[in-house]
This record gives sequence, C-alpha cells and structure tokens, in this order.
Amino acid sequence: MLELLLFAVPAGLVILGALIVIFAKNPVHNSMGLVLTLASLAIIYITLNATFVAMVQMLVYAGAVMTLFLFVIMMIGVDKPEQTREEIKGQTLLVSGTLFILIGLVSYVVVNSGFNWDLYFPAVEYSLEGTPDLIAASLFTEWVLPFEIISILLIVATAAAIALAYDTKVRKPK
Amino acid sequence: MSTDLIIGVTKAALILGLLLTNTILLIWLERKLVAGMQSRVGPDRAGPFGILQTVADAVKLLLKEQILPLKADRAMYLLAPILALVPSFLIFMIIPLGPSIDLVIQGEAVNVDLVGANINVGVLFFLALSSIAVYSVVLAGWSSGSKYPLLGGVRASAQMISYEAAMGLALVPVILYSGSMSMTDIVQSQSGFLSSPIPLLDSIVGFIPKWNIFPQFIAFAIFFIASVAEVNRAPFDLVEAEQELVGGFHTEYSGFRFAMFFLAEYINMFNMCAITATFFLGGWLGPTFSGFLPPFISAFMPAVWLGVKTFSLLFIYVWIRATLPRLRYDQLMELGWKRLIPISLVWLLLSSIVLGVREFGLPWS
Repeated sequence: MLELLLFAVPAGLVILGALIVIFAKNPVHNSMGLVLTLASLAIIYITLNATFVAMVQMLVYAGAVMTLFLFVIMMIGVDKPEQTREEIKGQTLLVSGTLFILIGLVSYVVVNSGFNWDLYFPAVEYSLEGTPDLIAASLFTEWVLPFEIISILLIVATAAAIALAYDTKVRKPK
Repeated sequence: MSTDLIIGVTKAALILGLLLTNTILLIWLERKLVAGMQSRVGPDRAGPFGILQTVADAVKLLLKEQILPLKADRAMYLLAPILALVPSFLIFMIIPLGPSIDLVIQGEAVNVDLVGANINVGVLFFLALSSIAVYSVVLAGWSSGSKYPLLGGVRASAQMISYEAAMGLALVPVILYSGSMSMTDIVQSQSGFLSSPIPLLDSIVGFIPKWNIFPQFIAFAIFFIASVAEVNRAPFDLVEAEQELVGGFHTEYSGFRFAMFFLAEYINMFNMCAITATFFLGGWLGPTFSGFLPPFISAFMPAVWLGVKTFSLLFIYVWIRATLPRLRYDQLMELGWKRLIPISLVWLLLSSIVLGVREFGLPWS
C-alpha cells in the first residue's frame, strides 16, 4: 500500500507537471510545471534507491537549468502575446492525426502479440544503493574517454557562445 | 505504528519545534547585538530584556490583513512563500546533532541516529535544496506584478546562482578529505587531533583538534563568504536593499505570508551556520565530560557543542551585518566570478595534489 502510494503520487505529479508545461499560457507557469515534473521524477528515483541520481537531478535540472530558464524568461519579458498562428497549414490536424495513428499501432501490437511485461521489465531484487562510488568507478575507468570528450565539447560550446555573443569591436569607454 | 514511523515522526516534530523556537531567540539576539554595536538599547519592553518582542511581532503579523495585489499572478504569488519555507526546514534534517543513541521504543531496543535523515549524499541534498530556495525569491519578485520586487527577483537569481557555484566548489576539497558525502561521516572524519610526521611539529600541533578548518582554511573562507551571499545577508543583501528597492522581492507581501519569508530567512541563516560548523568546525564533536557530569546531561553535550559553534558563527554574521556596507552589484559579481570561483578551483587542485601525494607517494619515488 505504502509502496503504491509512493509511486502513484509522484507519478501523478509528473503527469500533472507535463500537462501544465503544454497547456499553461504563461511561460513562467510552463517552466514551473517543468520544475514539478523534474522534482517528482527525483522522488521516484529515491524510491528506486538511486539517491545520488535523484540529488543530481534536483541539483542540475530542477535547480540550475530551470533557474536559468526562468531568468531568461524574466529578462525577455513574459507579457508578449503567445504566438498562436500555425506556421504550416493544418499543423494541428497533422500532428494529432499522426499521434493518434501511432498510439493505435502500438496498442494494436501490444494487444495482439501478448505483451509480456515481466520479460521486458523483470522484477529485480535490488540491493545496491545508488552510491556515488559505483558511478564514479565506472565513469573513471570504463567510460573515461567519452567523459573527457564530453567535457571538451562543453568547453568548446561555451567558448563558441561567448565568441558569438561578445562583440569585440565595441570597446567599453573607460 | 511501526517503530521506524514513530522515530521518523518524532524527529520531524522535534526539528520543527527546535527551528521555530530557535528563530524567536535568533531574531531577538540579532536585534540586541546590532543595537549594542550601534550604541542603542534595542528591544526591551516585552518580557525580560525584550525577549518576547519577536512573539509580539509574530502575533501582530498573524492578525494583519493579507493583501493580494491587483496585478499579481495569483498562483505563483501564493506558492512563493511556501517554496521559501519548505527547503529551509528540510535542510536541517541532514545535520547530525550527536552520535547515535540506544533507546527502547515499544519494548524494542533500537539504535537511533541523532540526525533527521542519514542519507549517503547529504552534501548534494543540501546543495540541491539551496538551489530550490532560489525559486521562492525569483517567483515572489516576478509574481508581485510590481517594479521593485521584479528587480529584487532578477538580482536574486543572478546572485544566488553565482555564489552557489563557489559554495559547491569550496565543499569539494572537504568531501575529498573526508572521503564521503554523508554528513555523519564528515563529522566522524574530523575526530581526533592533528598529527605530523615531524616529531617537533607533532608536539606543537598535537593538541589541535582535527577539524577541517585547519587544513582547509581557504575553503572555509570561500564557503563562509558564499554562504552569507546565499542567505542574502548584509553585505550581500542587494536582493532586499531597503534604500534602493523598498523591500526587494517581498515588498508586496503582508501579514502571514511576509512572516513566512522572514521565518525562512532566519531558519536559512541558522541552517547555514550549523552546516558550516558541521563541515569545518567538527560538528557535534567536543568533550562530553562523561566522567564528571551525570549521564543524562553528558548525552546532550554533543548537541550543546554544535549549538556553541553555530551561535559563534551566527554572532559573526551579525557582526558583519553591523560592520560592512552593502556591495554594489558589479562588485558583487566580480567578487563571485573573478575571485571566489578561480580561488576555489586552484585550492581544489592544490588539495587534490596534497591528498594524492599522501595517498600514493611522490610521483618520482
């Protein structure tokens, strides 16, 4: 009972947050909906014993990334009317139609092939605590090259952003 | 009820009570101390030495009208004070108040940790929650639908993000030295005394406790400065600079909602000092005098030591507030990005090298 509750409440909040992101008219409300989704996901991670992942989720996504989103939204201004004009003719119809067909196809396959839930998601007896040690050990032995390449990529991206944004010709008068 | 549930609920209730009563004391203490430093008397009417002044203020705030500004964004306006208060209560849950004790609950002997939640990534929990606390200020500033709060909110988001980076970086050497991200382990790693391979030096430093502040004094300085900025205290109180922004992000709040912001601010201050004490000043470690004092008093000594350290740091906070003028916005950003973050990076590198040499020996030997 408690286990079900611990899953159902955060899962419901995840969906609620996602719906807010899509349907709310105000950009600040949208971003707070996304925060709700990310924070509820962190709670689900905790129930799965992945405390470290949950904390990183809170720290990086719910904390840093979303605060920057909010900062940018506030800088640009939230009072601008939302763009409701369709860029492509019949956009709404096309997207919803495709989505409908996709859901129909998936459910048809699932119903007919006798989808075996336990085969894809076997119930594991998890005894491992999501410790930083385990993640660090595999990150710095097996995955050290991709890890370092990603860090170079991030540095390059940051340098590029600065180069694009910073106008070298304009000098600040002293 | 299961024993775990009883322990959990009791801990939560005790911490709630502790933080609320402590805030009453803290506000009074700050007003008295600042008054003393400015040659004033301070509150002296309500109760002995004016100690009940905060209670009177709280009752006044509870009875006042709550105004909802016409231009306010209702949902966010109501959410912001809650978002301020919840993380401030949660952060205290990870601070260990003493070693584990043996109790008998419902005829069952249990070993209870004197910490709200002993999680193995406590440091990250603290950083995550303090980054959530930014939302309350930003949202309060934006949702009020007024100029000054918005300016306060924008300032807050920039300031808190900048100093959070420095704060996190200053904590990394501490984690390296302790070898753990659990607050309980960080306290345990500071027990004992300093030692040195040189005999003469050993006899000099041998009686100094092995607190992190001694090998990590630069990390301590950076963390302390960043923590003052993180809780928006003077000289980093640009978020609510009275002379420029009326009240900053909480200008439009009144009554109980304003009280929630005020409460959160003081709880955050207390949390920050308790966490600094835990990271750098040995937490609850200290002589318990178990031979001299009766056992039920010496059992409380660890909490008393933590309290002494926390209140010493709080005194420094108040002292700084009474002494230093407010920084200008560009000075604040320069201090954060051009001084604190580079210094903490260099310090992280240096302490990693020292730790590596200690662990693996010199690279050429």
